[in-house]
Amino acid sequence: MSTDTLPVYTKKDFQTDQDVRWCPGCGDYAILSAAQAVFPELGIPREKFVIVSGIGCSSRFPYYMNTYGFHGIHGRAPAIATGIKITRPDLEVWVATGDGDSLSIGGNHTIHMLRRNVGIKVLLFNNRIYGLTKGQYSPTSEFGKKTKSTPYGSPDRPFYPLSLALGADATFVARSVDVFQPHLKTTLKRAAAHRGSAFIEIMQNCNIFNDGAWESLTEKEVREDHIIAIEHGKPLVFGKNKDKGIRMNGIELEVVQLGNGVTENDVIIHDEKNHNPAYAFLLSRMDSTPGFPTPIGVLRAVEAVRYEDRIAEQIREVTAKHGKGDLAKLLRQGDTWEVK
Amino acid sequence: MGTITQSPPRKIREVIEKAVIRFCGDSGDGMQVTGTQFSNTVALYGNDLATFPDYPAEIRAPAGTLPGVSGFQIHFGSTEVYTPGDAVDALVAMNPAALKMNLADLKKNGTLIVNADDFQPADLKKAQMASSPLEDHTLDAYRLFPVELTKLTGAALKELGLDAKSVDRCKNFFALGMCYWLYNRSMDSTFRWIEDKFKTKPLLIEANKLAMKAGYAYCEATEAFQVSYEIPPAKLEPGVYRSISGNTALALGFVAASQKAGIPLFLGSYPITPASDVLHELSKFKDFGVKTFQAEDEIAAVTSAIGAAYSGALGITTTSGPGMALKTEALGLAVAVELPLVVCNIQRGGPSTGLPTKTEQADLLQALYGRNSEAPLPVLAAATPGDCFWIALEASRIALKYMVPVIVLSDGYLANGAEPWRIPNVSELPEIPVHFATNPEGFLPYSRDPDTLARPWAIPGTPGLEHRVGGIEKQDGTGNLNYEPLNHEKMCRLRAAKVEAVAQEIPDVVPAGDPEGDLLIVGWGSTYGSITAALKAQRAMGRKIGHVHLRYLNPLPKNLGNVLKKYKKVLVPEMNMGQLLVLLRAKYLVDAQGYDKIQGKPFKQAELEAKIEEVLA
Repeated sequence: MSTDTLPVYTKKDFQTDQDVRWCPGCGDYAILSAAQAVFPELGIPREKFVIVSGIGCSSRFPYYMNTYGFHGIHGRAPAIATGIKITRPDLEVWVATGDGDSLSIGGNHTIHMLRRNVGIKVLLFNNRIYGLTKGQYSPTSEFGKKTKSTPYGSPDRPFYPLSLALGADATFVARSVDVFQPHLKTTLKRAAAHRGSAFIEIMQNCNIFNDGAWESLTEKEVREDHIIAIEHGKPLVFGKNKDKGIRMNGIELEVVQLGNGVTENDVIIHDEKNHNPAYAFLLSRMDSTPGFPTPIGVLRAVEAVRYEDRIAEQIREVTAKHGKGDLAKLLRQGDTWEVK
Repeated sequence: MGTITQSPPRKIREVIEKAVIRFCGDSGDGMQVTGTQFSNTVALYGNDLATFPDYPAEIRAPAGTLPGVSGFQIHFGSTEVYTPGDAVDALVAMNPAALKMNLADLKKNGTLIVNADDFQPADLKKAQMASSPLEDHTLDAYRLFPVELTKLTGAALKELGLDAKSVDRCKNFFALGMCYWLYNRSMDSTFRWIEDKFKTKPLLIEANKLAMKAGYAYCEATEAFQVSYEIPPAKLEPGVYRSISGNTALALGFVAASQKAGIPLFLGSYPITPASDVLHELSKFKDFGVKTFQAEDEIAAVTSAIGAAYSGALGITTTSGPGMALKTEALGLAVAVELPLVVCNIQRGGPSTGLPTKTEQADLLQALYGRNSEAPLPVLAAATPGDCFWIALEASRIALKYMVPVIVLSDGYLANGAEPWRIPNVSELPEIPVHFATNPEGFLPYSRDPDTLARPWAIPGTPGLEHRVGGIEKQDGTGNLNYEPLNHEKMCRLRAAKVEAVAQEIPDVVPAGDPEGDLLIVGWGSTYGSITAALKAQRAMGRKIGHVHLRYLNPLPKNLGNVLKKYKKVLVPEMNMGQLLVLLRAKYLVDAQGYDKIQGKPFKQAELEAKIEEVLA
C-alpha cells in the first residue's frame, strides 16, 4: 500500500470496544493513551500492526489496541513475536510486557531477541511489583523491599533493565515515564523508526500494590534534580537551574557543579550512536550511586543487521544460485534405483 | 603388468534369501558411516532392508571401553524385510569391547571378523577381559576371522605419506571393503560418497578408496575366505526408490505439505537428540522458502512456531520427550487460540534425560493428556521410517483444515533407521487447500465452519480484520474475553468436538492377517515391523491372528471398537508400560492384555512370537 492511499487515522481508530480493565489510576492508562496517539501518526496501515504480550497487567494491552493482537503466555511474547516477524518482516510488531514477564519468567527470550536484533519494539512497563498476582516483589524491586512474599524485605538484588538490554547488545535502548506524556510519545516514535530491536523501559506506577514506585524521581518538586533527559548531541546537564553536569573521570562518571571554571564544555556530550555499549551501560546504572540522576531518553541507537532480513536474504541468495526448489527433484535427490 | 602366475583360489558363491550384518566398534571408529554406506549399497542393489543404528549418548567415551561401543545393524533380503533382524549372521568387531557387547547376538557358526591388532593386553583390560578371546576358545562356536585391520590398512596406504592417525581412521573402510566382497556388492556408490565427502581433501579420497579396495582384495586373495554370499534383489512394488530415514522423511514431508498448501514453512526448534536431524535437513531448503529458527530454548521453539502460524505460515516444531515437556504450556495456548501447528516428538527413553540415543514409545499419554485442563488435540504416529513422510503431510493437512495443533509421534528407532522408500509422484500427494479470511463483512474471529468447526484464519496485514486472540477464555464467535460459566463449558466442548470431527476422515482400520479369529495384535508407532514379521510367521503355522496398527491415536478410527470384538483375545505390545493398553481398555471396555518392553530397544520378532504362543496356549 502506498502512503497516498493510507487512511487518515485518529486516536479513535486505534481504540477497541472493550472495557479497559486496569485499576482506576493505573499508569498503564497513560501508556495506552500515548500509544493510541502515536500509532496514527506513523504512516503505517493499521492492519500491519501486531501487538504481542505475555501475562500480567501490562499484557492486557493488546485487547485495548484496535490492531492485530496476540495475548500469549507468561514471558513468551518475544518468542511469539519473533516467529511473526521472521514470517512477515513487513509487519510492525510491538511487545507489551512487564518487569516480571520480561525480566523474570521471560528473561531468556528478552535477551535473545535483543541479541538477534529482531525488528520488534518492546514496551517494558516497569512498576517494580507483581500486580496481577496481587503484590509480590519483582526482579526490579528494591533490595529489602517488603511485599506479600517478602515480609522481612526482599533478599534479591534488582536488575537494571537497561543494563540488561545493553548487556544483550540491544541496538536501541531507551527509557521514559508514564506520566511524561510528550517525552513518552517522542520515545515511542523514535522506537518505531528504529530498524531492529527497540527496548523501552517505561517507569510506571502501580497505585494499588506499589503506589509511588517512582515518586521520588517524578514528583514535580524533585524531578529536575533526580532525572536527566538525555538527547543525542546535547550535554549531560540537569538540575532545576541546569547547573549540574555529568563528566567522565577515568572510567567512571561523576556529577559536577557547573560554574567556578566548570562549563558545559567539560561535561559529556551524549552520543547515542556510540558502538561501544560501555558508555550507555555507565549511564544505565549511574543512579545506583547517590547524587546521580536517572536518565530518560534514548541511551543507545545503533544500526545492525536485522535478524529477519538476514533470513530472507539467505533465501534470496540460495534461490538465486540454485533456482526455486522443485519438489519432485527434492524427493528424488541422492541415490535412487528403479524397480520394474 | 606382470603375467599372472597363479590363478586365484576357487571361491564358492552361495545364494541366500536374507542376511543380518552388524558393524560395531568404538564411537570414534566410524561405525555409523560404515553401516550407512553398506545399507545404501544394498538398497541401491534392490534389496529390501531395515537398519538399526545403536550408539552411545557420549560423543567419545574413553576409547576402547564398554560404554563407548557404537553399532549399526542391517537386515537385507530378496524378500520383504520388516525388522533389522533378531540374530546376526556376520559381526564385524573393531575391538574387544565391541566384541564383548555384541557377541551374544551373533548366530552360532556366524561370521565373526575382528581387528586382531586391537587385542593387546591393554585393549583387553579396557574391555574388562581377563584373557584374549582370540586364544581362549570362547569363540570356537563362530567362524572367526582375526584380521590385522590396522596393519593391513597401514600397509595399503603406506605410499600416501599420511599421518598415522589419518591412516588409522581408514580401517573401517578396509572392513567395509571386506563386507562388500563377502556379500558380492559393488563399491561404486561408496566411492561416489567418498569423492563427495572429501572433495576438498584429495588425499583422503585416495586413502579411503585404497583402504576399501584393499579390504575387498584381501578377501579375494586370502584363503581364509572361501565363501561369499549373493542376495538377489527383492520384488518390491514397481517405482523409483531411495533409502530414507525417519527424520529425513519427516523433513521432506513438511516441505511437501508447505508446497501443496502454497504457504511458507517455518520450523522453530532447539537441538535435541534424536530430533536434531529434522532441523539440519530443513535448514538446507532455503530454495523452498523454508525458514528455520534455532531458538534459545524449547519454549521459544514452539511459541515462535505459533507466532509463525498466526502470521500465515505452516508452523512446526520438532523435539524429543524432555523438550516436549517444556512445550506443554504453549500447546495449551495453541489449543486455545486455535491455530494450525504441527509438533513432532521423536521419542527416546525416559524419564528425564533418560536414554537420549535409545528408542522408546512412552510419551503417548503425554501427547494425549499432558496439558493443563481440557486441551485435546489430534495425535498421529508414524509406523515406519518412510511413513514419517506421509504422517508429516497428513498432520499438516489436519492442522490446516481444522485450525488445530497436531502432535506427531516418531521415535529414535524410526528417526535413525532406514528403509527403501518408493518415491511418490507429486501428483500422488494430497491436496491441502488453505483459505485465509479476507472479507471484513460480518467477520468474527471465532465463528466456525459447520463441518470442521474450524475458525477462520485471518492473518495480520489483512485490512479490516484486526482482532485479538489469546490464552484467556473467549466468547464463542466474537473471541472477546469471557469468564461466563456456560460459555466456558461451551468452548471446552467445541474444542473437543473439533478434534473429534477429524474422525470423519480417518479411514476404517482393516486388520492385516485374519479379519477375525483368536488374537488381534494392536500396535502403534515403530513396532510395526516386528509385529508384521511375527504375525506372518505365526499365521504360517496356522494361527488365526489379525494385526491393527494405529496411525491415528486421537481421535481413534471409528470402527476400532467393532474390530476389537472380532477376536477372542487382544494383545497390545508397546515399548512402554502399557499406555495404548490403558486407552483401549478405558474406551472400549475390552479385556486386552499388554506386552511391554522398556529396554531402549525395539521388539525382536522372536520375543513377539513367544508372547503370541504364550497368549494362545
